[in-house]
Parts: sequence; structure tokens; C-alpha cells
Amino acid sequence: METIINIFRKNLRQYAMLIALVVIMAFFQIATKGVLLLPMNVSNLILQNSYVLILAVGMTLCILTGGNIDLSVGSVCAFIGGIMGIFVINMKMNVGLAVLLCLLIGGIIGIWQGFWIAYVRIPAFIVTLAGMLIFRGLTITMLKGLTLSPFPESFTNISAGYIPDLFNGFGTKLNILTLFIGVIVSIIYIYLEVKKRAERKKYDFEVTPGYLFIIQLILVVAAIGVFTYWLAVYKGIPIILALIGILILAYSIFTMKTVPGRYLYAMGGNEKAAKLSGINTNKVLFFSYVNMAVLAALAGITFTARLNAASPQAGVNFELDAIAACFIGGASAYGGIGTVVGGVIGALVMGVLNNGMSILGVGSDMQMTIKGLVLLIAVAFDVLSKSKSK
Amino acid sequence: MFGLHMSRLDKLSYMQAEYKVKGDEEMAEFILEMRNITKLFPGVRALDNVNFKVRKGEVHALVGENGAGKSTLMNVLSGIYPHGTYAGDIIFDGQECIFSNIKDSEKMGIVIIHQELALEPYLSIGENIFLRNERSKYGFINWNTTHIQATELLKKVRLKEDPHTLISEIGVGKQQLVEIAKALSKDVKLLILDEPTAALNEDDSENLLKLILELKAEGISSIIISHKLNEVLKVADTITVLRDGATIETIQKDEDLTEDRIIKGMVGRQLVDRFPKRTPKIGNINFEIKNWNVYDPAIEGKKVIKNVNLNVKKGEIVGIAGLMGSGRTELAMSVFGKSYGKNISGEIVKDGKKIELHNIKQAINNGLAYVTEDRKSAGLILIQDIKNNISLSGIQKLKKNMLVDENQEIRVAEDFRKKMNIKSPSILQKTGNLSGGNQQKVVLSKWIYTEPDVLILDEPTRGIDVGAKYEIYTIINRLVDEGKSVIIISSELPEILGMSDRVYVMNEGRIVGELDKSQASQESIMKCIMQSNREVV
Repeated sequence: METIINIFRKNLRQYAMLIALVVIMAFFQIATKGVLLLPMNVSNLILQNSYVLILAVGMTLCILTGGNIDLSVGSVCAFIGGIMGIFVINMKMNVGLAVLLCLLIGGIIGIWQGFWIAYVRIPAFIVTLAGMLIFRGLTITMLKGLTLSPFPESFTNISAGYIPDLFNGFGTKLNILTLFIGVIVSIIYIYLEVKKRAERKKYDFEVTPGYLFIIQLILVVAAIGVFTYWLAVYKGIPIILALIGILILAYSIFTMKTVPGRYLYAMGGNEKAAKLSGINTNKVLFFSYVNMAVLAALAGITFTARLNAASPQAGVNFELDAIAACFIGGASAYGGIGTVVGGVIGALVMGVLNNGMSILGVGSDMQMTIKGLVLLIAVAFDVLSKSKSK
Repeated sequence: MFGLHMSRLDKLSYMQAEYKVKGDEEMAEFILEMRNITKLFPGVRALDNVNFKVRKGEVHALVGENGAGKSTLMNVLSGIYPHGTYAGDIIFDGQECIFSNIKDSEKMGIVIIHQELALEPYLSIGENIFLRNERSKYGFINWNTTHIQATELLKKVRLKEDPHTLISEIGVGKQQLVEIAKALSKDVKLLILDEPTAALNEDDSENLLKLILELKAEGISSIIISHKLNEVLKVADTITVLRDGATIETIQKDEDLTEDRIIKGMVGRQLVDRFPKRTPKIGNINFEIKNWNVYDPAIEGKKVIKNVNLNVKKGEIVGIAGLMGSGRTELAMSVFGKSYGKNISGEIVKDGKKIELHNIKQAINNGLAYVTEDRKSAGLILIQDIKNNISLSGIQKLKKNMLVDENQEIRVAEDFRKKMNIKSPSILQKTGNLSGGNQQKVVLSKWIYTEPDVLILDEPTRGIDVGAKYEIYTIINRLVDEGKSVIIISSELPEILGMSDRVYVMNEGRIVGELDKSQASQESIMKCIMQSNREVV
């Protein structure tokens, strides 16, 4: 028992937001009389928040480099949406080609902003504030202030489609492929965890006691199971969810397990020391902003697909949602601390709050107020628990 | 109204104090008595029944290794650790002290000046002197009074600066004087200086010590915490040695008192030799800098390094001596992948081959390592653990299938922890929580892991206690025994003389002397510098 308390205490900060997310979900589940977690609504929640999740992943990297934020992502989303509209609707371009070109344009935007930030060393805050104005302005010019619509189904499917069931449900109403994917993910998870534990044991490193390990495995597998079942009951796995899942996994591995990932954390921890240790910090900073802009382009594409329209007013305040998500998820405003998964949890906290309050009929004015308070409380909790542990 | 009320209270406490002093003749001798102070931190007894007495009008030095409890004791005294968080009594000026914060202790006339100065860089000297103590009326600052009084105080500390000058525009030595002026403005009776000369050059240190003695003549007592025992011997009347949170001894200074005698108390044994013995096995020239010139990156046309030539052989320790600002750090950093300066010209030859080092990565790949003089701000990532800090520079070696091999990383870090005797419960400890000596061992580990052939160590033992210094020296000796070359830059001449096989003397960006171990002495080094100064003029 004591070990459980100990482990819990040690990881309190890490799991605090996860626990908060569960508590918030439980609250709305009760308050909405079960509507929140209806299979259809769970699917909706993911689609609604896909853009924040994508942006939060990229924003985490920027914040890691030293508390740098990107204020331009909302405008870049709109800009890319506008280009998408011109490519696909006006020019009747192939959707796949248009998506590729848009990601490329995102990369060019990133190179432009990254150059000023990393090599000229203008504060990111200012460069991206300029970007926010520049790309919003260009979007309005490009669309002549009008909204382009509708898009062909092959494009809107990015955000509205589901991965088709290869097994046709075997006569049930369930989406069997979804369940199958759930099982595979569970097996991979168990395999990796067992392997990691065996390796740590081999080197005589400290491991969690066996029974706790098994409890952990059961909990995670159960969560995967319930989640995929819930999706299977409705229409299956949304395409966008698969995309986001892959992004989160790839960026988690990148930040936690690779050499460039280490550089990100080192630079945010102490740029001078990182530099003198042989890290090209300019390159790290440059990469973070190129990456952010590409992900902003991706978010712009998915958002436009969901809206089924390219609007000059799209993406307003997206940057604030993404930044808030990262800080709620435990990123440090000074850099060097934070995780991709943390940012994702932060985004989900905000998403559930949005969705839950909408179902309850809370006005958007109050929603904004409450989200602001949650951001403040989450960061205050983080700051206070840190000063206590000192 | 409020002001009147306060002053009456002050008078009352003053009378009380007087009464008490009269009541106890013996106590009058001491301005401060700290009795049986015990302070616990989770898991550590930081102070254990410490007794510490300071006489009126004396300079009392508090010495001890890092972690001996000096700072903790002073924090108890100044109210940073409020009454109730420690056991024991503090009697100041005959009154029992119950401080709940620094303001309380300052009201009594106890002022502490920390090692890291607490001045606002973008406020003026005058504003800083009266910060939180503004000369004001009805909530408005009276700038005339501020200016006049600041000028007076500056005269007292013999600082010739306009009170309007910004703090950021004056050097550390002058800033230290501003801190003292600030203390004087608070009617200080007991001045506490924590490592006051750590960041100062010799002239400024000399100045400061003189000032402390002048203040003493005016009846202001002071406590100085210092690692520099020669300075302690110069100014202190009494020396109290702390070790492991306990008072070891209080020594009255007399003619016969030596540094070794004090060190014995600090480390608990007689350090026969402050530098470990080594029989040099010197090989061929390993590394050479030829006609090296560097310009200041900020000031157009200013040459910082002028035509420097130097070399170091395999298995050799070369010292670079010089005053602060002589260009030693700038030389080292410009060589280390051009991490300082612009328009750099000259040649670097390693193992007989000319090499080009355009960035730090190339320098590392060519077997160079540079241990910075400022480990906290430029050597370590304080929010990361020992393991990540050690692996940082050599992380490419840990790559396996594109990922960092974390198990191997843990083994490497564990290995260094044992080999370098890094004292910490685990390699997952944040480096920000380590003592200076252990932090330096982590930085050294990081560079040794890159397997360098030439190590440039800039002030390798700055701010480290005697015991840890000896350990660092042992590590350096081990490195040259393995055939590596070491260049030591140090402002402590005894360190240069004790460790080096050969000494270069630098002044004003030039090499002004090269001395063999047999020729090198404090006098011969200073002579080189003086001579070169004359030549320049």
C-alpha cells in the first residue's frame, strides 16, 4: 500500500491533469444525463477538437525550446483553408495534390517565420504576431472577403469520414475493424511494456512491483477496449482520429526518445549550456517553427474539411486554444518542461469543457470565462506544487 | 499619526535594550549571540546545536566547506527562516530576537548581502540604495533628498559614481559597494557578507576588504563568509569554523595563524598537500594555436586576442595565468569552435595536422572540450537530472536504431557517478540541487564522456570547497596520466602553480610570458604582467 501511495505521490503532477480530465468527464457525464459519453458524441468530440489537438502537438515543441509560442497558427489555418478552397473549388485540382501543396506552403511559411526567429533572433512572440496579421490579411485579400463552398466529398471525408469496416460487421451492428485495431493496439502495448520491464530488470534498475504492473496493464487495456468498443458501436474510427493518433505517437517518440528531441529539452532548459555542449540551437529553434507551420497547415486542412467551407474568418483564436492546452498540460512557460501527451490532455480538457457546456446550453460567453479560469487554476496548481517540492 | 506611534515603539524597545544591557555586563561584549541553533530540513540536520558569538566592532569570519551550514546559519539570523522553524535563541544587542522575515532583522540593524547581488539592473544607483526604503513624503519620492543622501553614502564607500548611473552600467566590484551603501542607509549595526569577493578581481577585492576595516573603525561589526582564506586572515579578528552543521572551533587571530591551520578545522584533518602528487609523463606536442587573433563581437575594431601562440603536449598540464579581463576566457572560447568573437584568424594544429573548427560540434569531434567558468549558467541544465547532463555532449554515441539507448545511458551515468564520486542518492537527481563541487564533477563527466584529447578547464574549482577541490585536481591528474592534454585557466595563482607543468601569462589579450614549473612563482608571474604593462604604455 505504501508503495502505491509513494508512486502516486511521485507522479502526482504528471497524472494530475489526467485525473482532472477524468473528473471533468465524470461531472459532465452526470450533468448531461449521460449525453457526453454517448458513442455519437464521443465521435463528435474528437472531430470537433481535431484542430486543437494537432496544433497543441506542434505548440508543445515550440514551447519546449524556451517558452516560445506561435501566435500565427490561427491565421495560417485560415490562409491554408483559403488556398485549399481556391485549389479545389475554383481550380478543380485533385484533392491529394492540393493537400500536398498546402502542406508544402505551410513549410514555406514556417521557413519564413523560422528564419526571423532562429537566425535573426527576433522574439518569436513578435514574429508570429506579425504572421498573425499578415496571413489573416492575405486570407481576406485572397478570398475577397467571401466564403468558398462547398467542397467535394473526397475532401470533406478527411474530417467527416470513418475508416470503412472491412469485415462488414459479421451481421452485427458493430464495426469489427475498430475492435480489431483495439486488440492489436492492446497487444503492442503489453508487448512493449513487458519488454521494457524485462530490460530494466536485466540491468538491475528499479521497476514497479509485479502486481502494480499488472494493474497498470489491465487499466490501460480496459481503457483502450472501452474506447474502441464505443467507437465501434457508432461508425467506427474517424479517419482524423487515426491521423491524430499517429501524430501523437510519432511526436511522443520524437521528443522523448530521439537525439533531436533531447536537444529540444536541453535548449529549453538552458540555451547557453546547450550551445556550449555542441547543440546548434538555431537549427533546433528553426525546425520547431517550420514544424509548427506544417502542422498548422494540416490543422487548417482538417478544419476546412470539417466546415466544408473556406472562410476568411476561420481559425480565429485557434492559437490561444493551442497555447492554453499546452500550459494546462503542464508545459513550463520558460521551456524545457512539458510533453506532447500533456498538451493533448490539455486540449481534451478544453474540448470536454466546450462540448459539455454546449450540451448543457451554457452560452459561449460563460464558456470562455470558465476556460480562462481552468487555465489559470491548472497553471497555478503546477506552480504551487513545484514550489512545494523544492 | 502612524509615524508617531512607530517611533514611540522604537524608543520603547530601545530603552528595553538599554535596560537589559545594564543588567548583564558580560553580554555587552557581544553584539550577537546565537545559542544552540538547530535547524532541520526534511532528512537533513543542517545545523546541530550551533553556538556563534560576535563581539561588538569586530570582523568575524565564518568558514567551512560547502554544505557546512554557513548560509543556513545566516538565513536563520536574518529571518529568512523565521522564528519557530528552528530551535535555539538569538540575542542581538541584548535583545532576544523573534524575526518573522528579513524586514524584522533589518529593523534591528542586521543586513545581509548575498553572493548573488540583489540590485535592480535598470534602476539607478540612488534608486537601488533606497529601494524599499524610499525617501518619500505623502507617497511621493523626494528625489532631491534621495540624490543628496545617496551621494553622501557613495562618498562613505568611496565609490566615485553619479547616483543617476544605472546599475547595469557599472561592474560587479562597484555594485558590491552599492550594496554596502544600501546597507549603510538602513543604519546597519551588523553587516553580513556572503562570499563578497567571489566575483571580484584583485583590486576590487582589496578595496572592499579595506572598506570593511573602515566600517569596523566606525563601530560596525561584520560577519564575512569566504572561501578565500588569505582574505580571511587579512581582515578577520575572529574565525569560526563550521563543519557538517556544527561549530568546530572559534579561533582568535594572531600572528601564527596559518591557512593550513584553518583548513584543518574545515576538513577535519590536516591536508598535507592541497594538490595531489603527480609524476608528469610528457609526450609530443598535441595541440597548437598559432598567430591567433580575435575581435570583439560587440565593439567594432576592438582586438581582444592579439597574435597568441601557445601549445600543449600529451600528458601535460598548462596553466594560463592572468588578471580578470586579460582575455583568457575569450581565447579559450574562440578556439572552441568560434563560440566567442568575430574575424577570427590564425591556425589550429592538432597532432601535426592543421584543423578548422567553425562550430562547437566540429571542435568536439576533433577531440576538444571546454569546461566553462560559469557552470550554473553555461555548464549545466539545472532542471535536468545528472544522467541527461552527462550524456548531452556525447549523445550521438548512444544512438541505436535512431533512438537514444536509455539503458546504456543509465549505465554510463552510473559509471561516472561512481568513478567521479558524485555524491547524490541517484543519477535522477536534478543537477540544480547538487553542491558546487558535485555540479562541477557532472560537467567534467559530460566532457570526459566525449573522449577528448585536449581539455580546456576555465576556473575549474571556482566556488568549490577545499575537499572537493582536491577531488577535482585528482581527476585532472588522472586525465593527463591517460595521455590527454589539459589547459587550466584560473584566477587563483596557487592553483596554477600547484597544478601546471608550464605556465603562460596573459595580459591585455597577449601572451606576455611562458614559464617552466621551476621558474613559475607568484612573483615571476606578476613581473611578466607588470613588465608588459610598461611596454604598452
